[in-house]
Amino acid sequence: MAIWRNRKNIVISRGFIPEKSAFPLAQRTADSSSLALLGMTRMRSSGLRRSLCPALIFLLCSLAGGQTKNSCLDCHSALPDPLGVTQDQFSQDIHAQKGLTCASCHGGDPTSDDPDKAMSRKAGWKGKIDRKQIPELCGSCHSDPGFMRQYNPSLRTDQLSQYKTSVHGKRLAAGDTKVAVCTDCHSVHDLRAPSDPRSTVNPVNVATTCAHCHADAAYMSGYKIPTNQFAEYSKSVHHDALVVRGDLSAPTCTTCHGNHGAAPPGVDKVQNVCSNCHVFQAQMYEKSSHKKAFDAASLPGCVVCHGNHGISHPTDAKLGTGPDAVCMRCHAPGDACDRARAGLLSDLTRLDGAIQSADQVLAVAASSGMEVSEARLGQDQARDWLTKARVTIHSFRKELVDQDIQAGLKIAAKNQQAGKQAMAERNYRRIGLAIALIAIGLVLLGLRLYIKQIES
Amino acid sequence: MGFLHNLRDWLNDRIEWDDLIAPLREKTVPKHRLSYWYFLGGITLFLFIIQVLTGILLLLYYRPGENSAFESVQYIMTQVKFGWLIRSVHSWSANLMIFTAFAHMFSVLFLKAYRKPRELTWVSGVILLLLVMGFGFSGYLLPWNTLAFFATKVGTEITGQVPVIGRPMLIFLRGGEEVTGATLTRFFGFHVAVLPGIATMLIALHLLLVQRQGISVPPNVELAWKANPSAQRETKFFPNFLLRELMAWYVALGVLGALAAIFPWNLGTKADPFSPAPAGIKPEWYFLFMFQTLKLIPPKVWLIDGEVLGVVGFGLVALLWLLLPFFESSDPSRTKRWITGVGVFALAYIAGMSVYGHLAK
Repeated sequence: MAIWRNRKNIVISRGFIPEKSAFPLAQRTADSSSLALLGMTRMRSSGLRRSLCPALIFLLCSLAGGQTKNSCLDCHSALPDPLGVTQDQFSQDIHAQKGLTCASCHGGDPTSDDPDKAMSRKAGWKGKIDRKQIPELCGSCHSDPGFMRQYNPSLRTDQLSQYKTSVHGKRLAAGDTKVAVCTDCHSVHDLRAPSDPRSTVNPVNVATTCAHCHADAAYMSGYKIPTNQFAEYSKSVHHDALVVRGDLSAPTCTTCHGNHGAAPPGVDKVQNVCSNCHVFQAQMYEKSSHKKAFDAASLPGCVVCHGNHGISHPTDAKLGTGPDAVCMRCHAPGDACDRARAGLLSDLTRLDGAIQSADQVLAVAASSGMEVSEARLGQDQARDWLTKARVTIHSFRKELVDQDIQAGLKIAAKNQQAGKQAMAERNYRRIGLAIALIAIGLVLLGLRLYIKQIES
Repeated sequence: MGFLHNLRDWLNDRIEWDDLIAPLREKTVPKHRLSYWYFLGGITLFLFIIQVLTGILLLLYYRPGENSAFESVQYIMTQVKFGWLIRSVHSWSANLMIFTAFAHMFSVLFLKAYRKPRELTWVSGVILLLLVMGFGFSGYLLPWNTLAFFATKVGTEITGQVPVIGRPMLIFLRGGEEVTGATLTRFFGFHVAVLPGIATMLIALHLLLVQRQGISVPPNVELAWKANPSAQRETKFFPNFLLRELMAWYVALGVLGALAAIFPWNLGTKADPFSPAPAGIKPEWYFLFMFQTLKLIPPKVWLIDGEVLGVVGFGLVALLWLLLPFFESSDPSRTKRWITGVGVFALAYIAGMSVYGHLAK
């Protein structure tokens, strides 16, 4: 059995050697070249000369030794939950794939077939990890940039320190073990990389993972926070974009609330969170009269009109007076703001109508076989201006919105004109065809008469 | 009329015009209840002439190239005066020409006009039909739109299935491993230079053979005329038949104009080699029966690859089709009925598979 211990008493071997620190940093069953590399990294800290000899012995032994036995799974693959971990399940785990074994977290001697020896305290066996210890255990590797670099140089190593600042982390430190720890979100024994669609922390699955606790009214009863977030989010435009349309840039819980540093955003932070994606809307809002009014009334910015978890697809009806209207929740009918609202809505409706009208003419022209692809492409520009106008609405300044509306109207009118010209051209062609067919008919008649004449 | 007489005299003095056209004056065309089938070859020729003329006009503006082909056709369709008409007539005429060429071939088959001594006329005609399909395949890519791009990709891939020479043929056709701008310029060359050159020579040969051998009479009419020589009817080629042919050409012109004006040929969207192929993509209708057959053949037939089997099978059928006259008897009373049966089966198969391919998802 290859064994090598460095100055820090960190075990890097194909087997397991107990150590004095609370958690072994790493045990690997990787190929010998990786081990040599890892050994060299550690050797720099412990002194090259002193480490060279054991490293060589280790390398030779590991080359001769082949795959080391992991006796843990012999029993645990046959045990029922919560002690059961199958070989198939564990082989999916990213840690297992990177060479870590059960002993890396749980300690013990996986090379021994004797359960008493394998799970002896003498061999460093820790048994089931206490929930309170889990963040520290994970952090023992994940907070070590030097160590993590060899697996994934781009992976952050501030998860533990972030976690400690979160509500989850603070409550755990205060002794509340119901709060989420690493394994609750990331799973355990079958932990996959977040990029894996089957991972519990893949963007598509994050909301479901959070909902395990946050949608469980009984579990959350002591915390006095709502448990309808997931139900609301599932109906939202963000959920639709992420899960239905597969747009991985669409937000899920952690996009707004953070992940390891999870903390409910304060009222004044909401627009900061939204503005991460909705940059222009935020810029417009910052300069608007509503910003000052909302701040003065301690209203939380964006969510006042748009809601939070259940954000629906925004329509121009928000500016109206119907059931989806939001302005009239605060403003009185007939006041200056109501008149401004009506003006803005009228602008948007006018441009939307102009675009639809041009679309219709162009569609008829295209279905008549007329080549109007350029004008139809131009319609996208008009639609862009409409989108921009809808963004500019957040400034609540009619003169700014008007600029976008006028630009869009100009393009829509040009495209509509192109459509009308195409239709006129179609009619011109048909008249030309009729004249040509009459001429052909006359020639045919003349030919027929001439043939009759020469054959009679 | 005085001017025409003077011109005729002027030509007679120099090139003996009357002697030159004397064979045409003497030439006759048999007249019977099936005579109207004789017009199909002439209509195909007329459509070919239309192709040449409109093709030359399109060449004034068309620019082959990945970044210019689509744009230039779009320019022709929208900016060039009557460009839409020329391009639509070119596209419709191409399709009508392939249709009339097929119809002409089957009419010749069913009227047994390929019998001795007209075997070479048949052979040149079948090769011309293949060339016409080659015109269709190469011309289809030239606007460089999405459908054309993927149809060419699939079409050249099928060519690549030919044993031994398939792969080199694929590379030759594409100008590399993939369908790129190199394929476009290559197809352009085939379409406007190579194929027209060969086709023109073959058409000249085909017409020469028709003139040399005269017009065939169907066996049953031939037998009836032999039994009753007084029933034999014929019409003068010039001007009687030619004027009737001219009427057929005018009708074809009217149909072409109507199709072009009412259903201008669609341009589609510009080809994007990085986008996925549109769902349910199909080749042009004249390749549909072959495409559908290849789709129906299982991936493996015994140990042979299904697609290879299909491609080789079509090659063998085309060869046998080409040699069909050599299995026929020249005696009108002993014509082979099985050949007519094969013709009926082929027509039903092509029509059935084309409809099936059109309706299939």
